[in-house]
Formats: sequence, C-alpha cells, structure tokens
Amino acid sequence: MSILVDKSTRVLVQGLGKTGEFHTDKAIAYGTQMVGAVHPSRAGIDFHFEGETDHSGVPGRDNSYSMDLPVFATVKEAVAKTGADASVVYVPPPFAADAIMEAAAGGLELVVAITEGIPVADMIKVKRYLQGRPTRLVGPNCPGVITPGECKIGIMPGYIHQRGRIGVVSRSGTLTYEAVHQLTLLGLGQTTAVGIGGDPVNGTNFVDCLRMFEADDETEGVIMIGEIGGTAEEDAALFVKTEMTKPVAGFIAGTTAPPGKRMGHAGAIVSGGKGTAEAKIAAMNEAGIVVADTPSGMGEAMARALG
Amino acid sequence: MKIHEHQAKQLMAARGIPVPLGRVARSVDEAVAAVRPLIEESGNPVVVLKSQIHAGGRGKGTFKEHPGVRGVNVITEGIAGGPSATEEKVRELAQQMLGSTLVTIQTGEEGKQVNRLYVEQGIDIARELYLAVLLDRATSRNIVMASTEGGVEIERVAEEMPEKILRAEIDPAIGLAAFQANELAHGLELEGDASKNFGRFVKALADAATELDTDLIEINPLVVTTDGRVMALDGKMAFDDNALYRHPDIADMRDETEEDPAELAAKNAGLNYIKLDGTIGCLVNGAGLAMATMDTIKHVGGEPANFLDVGGGATADQVTTAFQIITKDPNVKGIFVNIFGGIMRCDVIATGIVEAVERVGLEVPLVVRLEGTNVEKGKQIIEDSGLQVTNADNLLDGAEKILELTA
Repeated sequence: MSILVDKSTRVLVQGLGKTGEFHTDKAIAYGTQMVGAVHPSRAGIDFHFEGETDHSGVPGRDNSYSMDLPVFATVKEAVAKTGADASVVYVPPPFAADAIMEAAAGGLELVVAITEGIPVADMIKVKRYLQGRPTRLVGPNCPGVITPGECKIGIMPGYIHQRGRIGVVSRSGTLTYEAVHQLTLLGLGQTTAVGIGGDPVNGTNFVDCLRMFEADDETEGVIMIGEIGGTAEEDAALFVKTEMTKPVAGFIAGTTAPPGKRMGHAGAIVSGGKGTAEAKIAAMNEAGIVVADTPSGMGEAMARALG
Repeated sequence: MKIHEHQAKQLMAARGIPVPLGRVARSVDEAVAAVRPLIEESGNPVVVLKSQIHAGGRGKGTFKEHPGVRGVNVITEGIAGGPSATEEKVRELAQQMLGSTLVTIQTGEEGKQVNRLYVEQGIDIARELYLAVLLDRATSRNIVMASTEGGVEIERVAEEMPEKILRAEIDPAIGLAAFQANELAHGLELEGDASKNFGRFVKALADAATELDTDLIEINPLVVTTDGRVMALDGKMAFDDNALYRHPDIADMRDETEEDPAELAAKNAGLNYIKLDGTIGCLVNGAGLAMATMDTIKHVGGEPANFLDVGGGATADQVTTAFQIITKDPNVKGIFVNIFGGIMRCDVIATGIVEAVERVGLEVPLVVRLEGTNVEKGKQIIEDSGLQVTNADNLLDGAEKILELTA
C-alpha cells in the first residue's frame, strides 16, 4: 500500500506551459498514468511526448515511450473522456486558484498544486470552496506527491526515490529530497513522499498525512520535516503523541532565522515569538519524535526511531 | 511589502475609514508649510510630528544624533501664541528629525534614517483600543483581533492578559457580519454613537483587508474621541507580495530606501536574499534547504552571512548575480554552495558559478556540494574550469569544510 497515489491513479495536468510540459514528460518517463491535459486555448490538439524511460520508476517497461496526450478545454470534459481521478496544477499564480476549484468541481479526488506564488486571499477562497467537497488538495507551492515505482505527480527528481517502508511529509521541497535520498541510501526507502508546501494556507497538513501513514499497512515509520512559522508542527506533535503508534522522526528548519523576516517561503516567518524552531522542536521531543540535529541526519534519526 | 503610516492612512481615508487630517513632508519647509492649513482645517491648535519609517515603537524611540528628541512629538508648547509659535517648534524639530537616525525597539541598534515626516492634527482622546486584521493559519481565514488594551504591544497583552483579546473570523464568502461587529463593539465596552461608529470602522477595515490583499492591518491605537468618533491614530499595513500584481497603485508605494540595498538587488533578480551578521556566505536552492544550511553552519560553530535561495528554476545569470551579491558583503570569509537539484539542474548551477568567478573573481574559499539532477555534469563543469573548489559529500560535510577553511 501507500497513501494518496498508486499505480491505478489516473492523472490530468492543468496548465501545459513550459514547466507543465517539462514535468509531464518526466512523469510519463517515470511511468505515471498521465491521461490528459486541460488547457482551454490548446483544446483538441494532442500533445506529443517521447523519450527514454526512467527506469527508477514503474518497473517492467520498454526503454522508450511515445504517446499523444489529449488536451481538453475543461476539467469536466477531461474527466468524462479519460476517467481521471487526480490532477496536477502548473497554472500560473493569477489563475491557479480557479484551476484548483475547477478540479474540485470536476469531481477529482486529488489535486496537487505545484504553483508557487498564489495570493493568500485566493487560497482562503479556495479553502472555503473545498469545504464539504470530497476533493483533497495537496499544496500549493509544493514539490508534489510520489509513491516510488508507481506514480510521480510533481517536480521531484524520480531517481532519488526507492520503494520502501517510510512515509515522508514535508513543508519544503529540497529538504524532502534530502530526506528521501538519505532513506534510499540507508535502504529504508519510501512508501509515499508528500510535499505539503511552504505557503501559510495549504490544502493538506501534517496531521492529515500522519493519519494516512498511520493507517497505511506498508508504512513502518514517518519522517516529518517542518520549518519556522505557524503552529502546524506543534499540532502534528500532539497528534503523534496521542494517536500514533508508528515511530516518527523529524527535522525543523530555521533555528537561525532572524525574527520578522520572511525566509523565502511565504509561511516561514517568526512573528511575535510564535512559530519558532525551538518551540516546535520542544513539542516534537515531548511527543517522542526523534528530531535530527542537522538535515544530514534525518535518515539516521528515522533509523534510530525504528529501533 | 510594508508601507508607511501616511500611505496606510491615505488608503484608509480613500475607503471612508476615519483617520486624522495630516500632510506628509519630505523637507523642513514642507513640514512648516503644513502647520497652518492643518490647524485651520481641523480647528485644533495641536499638531503632531511623526517620523515615517517601517518600524514600530517610534513614539518611545529617540534619535542617535539628538538623544533628547523622540520619534513622535505632540506640539502643545506655546500654542496659545497661535500658529506661528507652532510653526517655529515644527521647524526646530523637523530640522533635527529629517535625515537623522531613529532608534526604536524594532529597528535594532543601527536605527533607521528618517526621510519623511507626517504632520497630523491633534486628537482629543477618550479611549485607546487595539484593532487588527490578519491571517489565522489554523482556520485559513482572516480574523479581526481587537482589545481594550490599545497603545501597548499586543504581544504583551496576548501573553499577560489573553482574555483581553477578542477575535472574529471573517468568512470569505460573507465578509465580517454585522452581528460580529456588534459583538466586538460590545466586548470593547463601546456604547451609543461610538459603538455604531466602531461597527462601520471594523466592517470597512475587514473589507479593505480582503480587497487590498493585506498580510496585516494593525491599528494601534484605535481611538475613541471625546465626542464619540472612532479613528485610526496609527496605521500599519503590510501586503501579500504575491498579490501586488493586481494593485499597481500600492506597488508604487514601495519605499526602496527602507530596504537593504543587497536585498533589493536580489529581489530585482528574482532571488530570495536576507543579509545576516555572520561570515559564511550561502547559496542554496529551495527555501527550506537554505534555512537548513544556515542552521547547519551554526550547528558546526560558524555564523551564516546570509540566507539565499536561488529558487527552483534559476538561470546561470541569476546564479552569477547571487554570487556577486554574496561576495560584495565584506564580512564574507568563505562561500558554501549547497544544491539539491530537482527542477534546478546541477550543470546550470555549475555554469553560473564558473561564470561568476570569471566575472567577479573569488578571493575567499569556496565549498560546493552538488546533488540531484545532472550532478555528474555539474561536477565535470567545475572540474574542467580549474577553479579552486572544495567538494563536499553532503550538507554537514560541506558546513564542516567551509568552517575549517575560514578558521
């Protein structure tokens, strides 16, 4: 098992600009079932993809691929024609919120929003719109979701992953890669790695992912990677303490960040003494989470937590 | 993006939110010229001279060059003598304030240069309250925060008397409802006209937050006047940078003199850079990894000179600019490049580094750690260039190596 995505996940791409096209190609090379694209101004024109197979992905495929991806004007039409159940959003920031809502209205179970720079006010509306709907949003401003060897949705490099037994959830893209890479080198591998994104308003939080990993048979332990700002890590620590049986390791970025400065991610800011790394690490220690001193030690912390 | 108090008040006034009358002055003569019309228009002989900088605590702050002068001055002395006495006092104070360095609890010891003053009418204050609109991450909504404890730091109120802070959640589909405004007014012990005026004020402020894409609006203090009016005596606004594209008028309010020149240059190049006080320059891709790199440098006993995230899709040119910004900092004794390429390809970074060194030279040790997409190509480019580079196997190894080389 795994969480969120697996080899049966049928994926639409929303936004086929340069970035969307590049990563759709990588996803196909990995073996992800890309079934269609939504791009109003290009509807009706198939998009051709071909290249060398990424053998770190879905096993047992030919060395090369060549396919025509159908392009639709709306998500509704794309879902009706392809049976898609997930989408990945590369739409530029001014239009991304609308794309997410369209995906939800189209009935998709999962929407992964990669786009960085969506206005907070737009995301507040999106969250309101998603209330009471079955769609799960991951992101925005995230690397995406990957279940190694089955399905890669997003911008992460596929080859650093290896199918294994650890769940990864992170607010930071590149720190996810660090953790994944270390788990691969240690032979622990990953069940699913989820980037929840660095924005202050996002669709899926730590607790959502921890709950799914706890319920997933194959996942034996979880690494959670947080950073300064907000109290999501404290909430996650409380959840780990009260509701999780599986070992959890973690890391918090931003111990040295000066207060009041926004550290790249819109959500990474320490304000009024709230959201400090110290408070988060203390809460995690309290919950029995093994917290790594440096990001280089995340994999080892997981190994220690597994005992 | 932050703006000045006078700009925030201008935006509020344009939306019918009551603020005192005032005029901005960039010179002593402009400040003096503002006095007479202001007194005539307001009917109040008292004027207030306020330093305009992007930091709080101005009222209690003092000037480095004139330790006896505060950042905000209420001019009451000699006002019985008519506007000319006030004008003289304004001239004297403005001469000392403009161009001088104001140090407040929020500016740090170095302080900030005052380039503008705001000349404002005096107000007869009955009560000082606190009002703010900001994002509540837990509910993913904006909330109104209000308190009877105006004029003091809200963080202190939150810590010492949390029960004094009232909250109302703004539903994005509805805005602040009338009953919520009424609940807040009741909680603030406002009655009669003051309650009605507050209701209009807070509703307009909540709408402004949504429509103007603010990160934060803070009115501290919000005052109730002796005749029951409610107005913003101070006003702080910060905006969501990601939404500025739809507010060109607000984007134009940016005061670049308030920003660190290196940070500004980085922003214009599409880089995230924050200057710090240490000696080890960092160039990293990804915000989380950039923070973690600083943390690791500190962990091994060093001090980072900066936060620098070149982002996911940087070009060789951007990497060169990043390098130039780091090497310009005279405190930098060594540079650590830490890249885990996802979208960012290691060969692009390597090309950028080589070009940067060719263009700007390199007088300090350089440690490079490359991992991820096209890592072999990247390493090859650096090796072929003949640059003096120390390779690192991982983040911790890199931090230790750069520390050793700069010791």
